[in-house]
Amino acid sequence: MQLTLWTYEGPPHIGAMRVATAMSGLHYVLHAPQGDTYADLLFTMIERRDARPPVTYTTFRAQDLGRDTAELFKQAVSAAHARFQPQAMIVGASCTAELIQDDPGGLAKALDLPIPVIPLELPAYQKKENWGASETFYRLVRALAGPPAPRPAREPGQRPLCNILGPTALGFRHRDDLIEIRRLLDALGIAVNVVAPLGAAPADFGRLRDADFNVVLYPETARSAAEYLKKTFGQPFTQTIPIGVGGTRRFVEEVAALAGIDPAPVLDGPGSRLPWYSRSVDSTYLTAKRVFVFGDATHAIGIARVAAKELGFTVVGLGTYGREFAREVRAEAALHGIEALITDDYLDVEAAIRTAAPELVLGTQMERHVAKRLGIPCAVISAPVHVQDFPARYAPQMGFEGANVLFDTLVHPLMMGLEEHLLGMFREDPEFHDGVGPSHLGGKSFGAPADGAFEAAERAPADTPPTPAPVPILLDRAVAWSPEAEKELKKIPFFVRGKARTNTETFARERHLPLITLETLYDAKAHYGR
Amino acid sequence: MNAPLSHSPGCGGIDLHQEHGQRAVFCGLTGIVWLHRKIQDAFFLVVGSRTCAHLIQSAAGVMIFAEPRFATAIIDERDLAGLADANEELDRVVTRLIERRPDIKLLFLVGSCPSEVIKLDLSRAAQRLSSRLNPVRVLNYSGSGIETTFTQGEDACLAALVPDLPREAEAAAPSLLVVGALADVVEDQFLRMFSAMGIADVRFLPARRANAMPAIGRNTRYLLAQPFLTDTARALEERGARRLAAPFPLGAEGTTSWLRAAAEAFGVSEEAFDRATAPGRARAETALAPHREKLGGKRVFFFPDSQLEVPLARFLARELGAELVEVGTPYLHRGHLAAEIELLPAGTRVTEGQSLDDQMDRCRAARPDLTVCGLGLANPLEAEGLSTKWSIELLFTPVQGYEQAGDLAELFVRPLRRRALLEV
Repeated sequence: MQLTLWTYEGPPHIGAMRVATAMSGLHYVLHAPQGDTYADLLFTMIERRDARPPVTYTTFRAQDLGRDTAELFKQAVSAAHARFQPQAMIVGASCTAELIQDDPGGLAKALDLPIPVIPLELPAYQKKENWGASETFYRLVRALAGPPAPRPAREPGQRPLCNILGPTALGFRHRDDLIEIRRLLDALGIAVNVVAPLGAAPADFGRLRDADFNVVLYPETARSAAEYLKKTFGQPFTQTIPIGVGGTRRFVEEVAALAGIDPAPVLDGPGSRLPWYSRSVDSTYLTAKRVFVFGDATHAIGIARVAAKELGFTVVGLGTYGREFAREVRAEAALHGIEALITDDYLDVEAAIRTAAPELVLGTQMERHVAKRLGIPCAVISAPVHVQDFPARYAPQMGFEGANVLFDTLVHPLMMGLEEHLLGMFREDPEFHDGVGPSHLGGKSFGAPADGAFEAAERAPADTPPTPAPVPILLDRAVAWSPEAEKELKKIPFFVRGKARTNTETFARERHLPLITLETLYDAKAHYGR
Repeated sequence: MNAPLSHSPGCGGIDLHQEHGQRAVFCGLTGIVWLHRKIQDAFFLVVGSRTCAHLIQSAAGVMIFAEPRFATAIIDERDLAGLADANEELDRVVTRLIERRPDIKLLFLVGSCPSEVIKLDLSRAAQRLSSRLNPVRVLNYSGSGIETTFTQGEDACLAALVPDLPREAEAAAPSLLVVGALADVVEDQFLRMFSAMGIADVRFLPARRANAMPAIGRNTRYLLAQPFLTDTARALEERGARRLAAPFPLGAEGTTSWLRAAAEAFGVSEEAFDRATAPGRARAETALAPHREKLGGKRVFFFPDSQLEVPLARFLARELGAELVEVGTPYLHRGHLAAEIELLPAGTRVTEGQSLDDQMDRCRAARPDLTVCGLGLANPLEAEGLSTKWSIELLFTPVQGYEQAGDLAELFVRPLRRRALLEV
């Protein structure tokens, strides 16, 4: 058993729903109790979809367990087929139905429907949402892409043709990434054959084989399918994720090579504003800002590279909740000289952020909460998704426009450079005393992570009884400060004071100093200033 | 799915149908979202699957609490394969939890679909942990979706509290118990109202703190504040308490009848009752009047969700002049709702149970002016041009009593007003 306060991923059948809901002409019959129907609201409320997901739940109850839940399942499949007339169906069980072992695949097969019915085995007690999406997409491709066949050679003068694989319903900015990548491919002169799962019908899967290669945007959902297509139809697939200017340029080079065309027109084109914005003198204050990055592997790796190489930040933490991609994240972390954090335990991530004492957190909605409590600026860069992650405006993460969006996303939570200097200059003025925090953080002053008291920074809604503050986890025993050292600390500009305090305490603890004196404070400053 | 629709005549003057098929409702675990806010030193630990954790997170929706007082002990394959002793695992998880949160005085182990199917005995676990974690009390109930629908989770939770409630002395004077989670502000209004009538000893279940739960005994008279408390009522009866039959305190009429049931049981004079309730009734009337214009004659369709549908429909029809197209409810408690059914317009179509696709077809065909439904259905119906009200908001918002009658009406008016405002 695992104690879970918040979960980064849903169960694997939610991944299957993300695939089914992204598509048209596909229907999913899920053997599940009524409570599992909550999943509809993920799509209709968080993503604001205008139709119910194409899912029929059997909604069996305790009284059905003594009778015939298998019959109930068969009725549900027949009725869904009759009502929705899908081109294909997927069938499976959620966690509870897995325990009663009704064999949805076998039962559906026995109905002998005139359409492909694809059984899904999604072990709910081992696997999670992204795996479920990947497995579902792979099973659909296997069942619907047709038998191995040699690809006819492209006629001279014909545009190279690719598929785009990976975008799903409820994906983090998938809608806009897809538009951006289509534009990029179009500018290169590459035609798009099939996009799947988002927007595809089962019949389209039969055309996947016509493409020269596959573009894999999200390995979490599409790598298994791409590997199958490579094996079966000899289609190579892209390895580069077009996040950031560097990522996008390498992606352009990679697809151009796969398509046998010249990338120069796109590489020499206008590109992104990020490089100039990053070189603009106002951005010098971004230098070596300490950032903590956590998310799904694709976004965590991509954003860590942007942070380090395109904004000049220092990556002090990098991790993912997606164990399937732990190897890739570890390799990336090594490039930043740190050890990757591979965990799906929100409390571990919280502890790691405290220890790393970053100046900016780039994470999921969970890290946004941790950062808020610690008074650290934060931007959301990865699923799990929140209604805010489906903005009305065009906001891709990928491609050159995605790089522009990332510059804004990563820099706006930090104080503007000039603002920071002015705060330092005028900090003794009544308007700028220590209690006044940057206005964009809700007027709360920067809490120093090592100050001990981690009160819930969020005000509960007015009609909510106050939630008792969680008990702080003391990572290490506290170190005492002498009055004069404490006084001196107060003279340090408040926006760096938290870091000075943490550094000094760490320095003192490592040397087993019982009391921090004036000397210790400056010894520590010299030590960390190297 | 097959949807045998049976017609059951003879339940008051209503046109009652029973429907079987796909349901689109939350399970009882959802109640944790409001119960943990009501009992301020209680923690709710779901023993279930990742789906359970994901459900509560999604139903709590906005993830508003940095560290909530609910969590899930996720059963994994080691527990299922018997490689790990489920009880030892549970003890380990609970120990970690209590160490982390010493402010917790009451811990609920909440059963789920998977824990029910594998027959994990949470009542024994609760007993064992209660003696080990003393003074923290550990209770258990099931919020599983194979046994409970949405608000029935609150029923199961309160029913679990009842055997543990202190015993009232045999000779104690009669006391009034109000049963069902209400917003604190509503409780305080009712307290003042009862006090003005001369009923001084009024208690609430659940109390706001674990150590302040009400004592009960043979002289306890209780009023249900919510229509979904079947098991809680049964448990209270077993402890000798007696129910005061009444409609529910939604709208001015419901509130008056509800208060009157207590007044009659406690020998309050008609004069004292009028004096105590007149200002509230007058204010409710003032607050309701402007909404009556907007809802009068509007056709309303209820999908089954919270079991509040029948009292809400009664309020809309009788106090606001709305027309009821269909009143869906997951379950109709004929006894507790007898007074409500009596008040519904004759011939009102009430559907107990659900066959989702068929019901959506009926809703589309009827094209009601307002559809009250769960979160999963609201946007799809809006996209088809139907105005909707999410039913879950009726549980999260204080809606009972005179002072909230106007707010309750406004919840139904808002979607219509909004639609009229938008020009895009």
